[in-house]
Amino acid sequence: MSDIITIADLEKTYHSGHQALKTINLGIKNGEILALLGPNGAGKTTLISIICGLVNPSGGSVTVDGYDIIKDYRITRQLIGLVPQELTLGAFETVWDTVNLSRGLFGKKTDAAYLDQLLRDLSLHDKKYSEIRTLSGGMKRRVLIAKALSHEPKILFLDEPTAGVDVELRKDMWQIVNKLRASGVTIILTTHYIEEAEEIADRVGVIRAGELLLIEDKQRLMQKLGKKQMTIELRTAITQIPAALAEYDLELADSGEQLTYTYDTRSGQTGITRLLQDISQVGLTLKDLNTTQSSLEDIFVNLVHTE
Amino acid sequence: MNFNAIKVIYKFEMLRTWRTLMQSIASPVLSTSLYFIVFGSAIGGRIQEVDGVSYGAFIVPGLMMLTLLTQSISNASFGIFFPKFTGTIYEIMSAPISYFEILIGYVGAAATKSLIIGLITLATASLFVELHIAHPIWMLTFLVLTCVSFSLFGFIIGLWANDFEKLQVVPLLIITPLVFLGGTFYSISMLPPAWQTVTLFNPVVYLVSGFRWSFFEIADVNVYLSLFIVLAFLAICMGVVWWMFRTGYRLKS
Repeated sequence: MSDIITIADLEKTYHSGHQALKTINLGIKNGEILALLGPNGAGKTTLISIICGLVNPSGGSVTVDGYDIIKDYRITRQLIGLVPQELTLGAFETVWDTVNLSRGLFGKKTDAAYLDQLLRDLSLHDKKYSEIRTLSGGMKRRVLIAKALSHEPKILFLDEPTAGVDVELRKDMWQIVNKLRASGVTIILTTHYIEEAEEIADRVGVIRAGELLLIEDKQRLMQKLGKKQMTIELRTAITQIPAALAEYDLELADSGEQLTYTYDTRSGQTGITRLLQDISQVGLTLKDLNTTQSSLEDIFVNLVHTE
Repeated sequence: MNFNAIKVIYKFEMLRTWRTLMQSIASPVLSTSLYFIVFGSAIGGRIQEVDGVSYGAFIVPGLMMLTLLTQSISNASFGIFFPKFTGTIYEIMSAPISYFEILIGYVGAAATKSLIIGLITLATASLFVELHIAHPIWMLTFLVLTCVSFSLFGFIIGLWANDFEKLQVVPLLIITPLVFLGGTFYSISMLPPAWQTVTLFNPVVYLVSGFRWSFFEIADVNVYLSLFIVLAFLAICMGVVWWMFRTGYRLKS
């Protein structure tokens, strides 16, 4: 898959002296969903804002579909739709007027059929002539998406799309995002909800203090950095791990009734069969067994706090 | 050139006027009527004529200028300040529009609104006094140039202001006194000689004088000098806006 956005040596230092981005290099593939994870103030919004033309970069370059975002801003911005983090909407105009305004700003003539369908897809059609101030927060969020899609962009930036929305709406948003991806739109979303990235992203990038710590295929990332653990519940409590089991990566719970074995899913031999045999040989009786895999959240927390 | 973008900004701004029709149109009509009642009838009854023109008619160009200046500044400054304040400016800034196109959309709409209000003021005034416009082309030239240049000035204030107080401070503390002391309700020849000299430093004097000349062929200063001052003010405003856009002043970090 070719890159639709290429970011090379991108830097941003604000007038205050705060360095928001430190030499970012990143390629975003055509048609993918890329989730940018990072704590508050990591530089996610600055990165998006530079690509969309809201913030001037201090150094480096960004090309969109091969065009420079500064020199060829008319072409690159035409390709991009932006859904901002805040509910930045007027109050008194109608949904229909505001989506038409957005389409017009991107140089496109009104297309009632397209915009009607867009409002239907976003469950906004019955609110077409409602004033924005009368809508709920969730509906306003949909209006922002409708505005961003009103000019039929190839790339959509979603800055914290589900921040502060309820679980139901969040799942609706994920459905919308999946539909857009199916229609060929490249989606870049920033989030600090790990489950959001885990649920919908193809690739995950982690930003901390203006640096891109990693960019990786989601599945591969979870395999590479994720750990799998097996919890063994014992029928009788023990005070210490028997010497015969010392070679295994085992942890004994305080109660003495639970052993936790951490293993690598990528290695050919997980050691589970041999461990279970050795447990039996030292005379311990099993009550129950279960396995868990570390989530993207564990990986993220590890990355952000240990690097 | 992104003509569609200019058109939608212009239409959107004009739509705001229709939504607030009472405030946009009725308010200047009412205030003009009040000025005529107070200045035209109450004071005019004592002054009678100025340079051969009845006092009621004499104040019409000044009143129109007062309305044009305040409305142009207020429309344009609010037009750009409000999207900045609410954050909706992101949409304009991320769209494929040049700064010049943004300017045409916002300033064009603000100037149109004040032009309409100026004409309504003129129509209202004609209900109170008999009016004759000696040089209609000059009158329209001054009218349009004033609307455009002061809308540009308002746009600058809207970009510069980062709170509501700053938005109001220039119109209230600078423009209003300059207009009232700029010969709106009197001829500067009625002032003592020393004050006549001081008054010539007030740019509004030139606007009111030139505009009044287009009505009655009476002026405090030469009409070409008035035209030059308006054009110079327009050029200065264009220069400031160009610098603000080039540097992204209060728009881009």
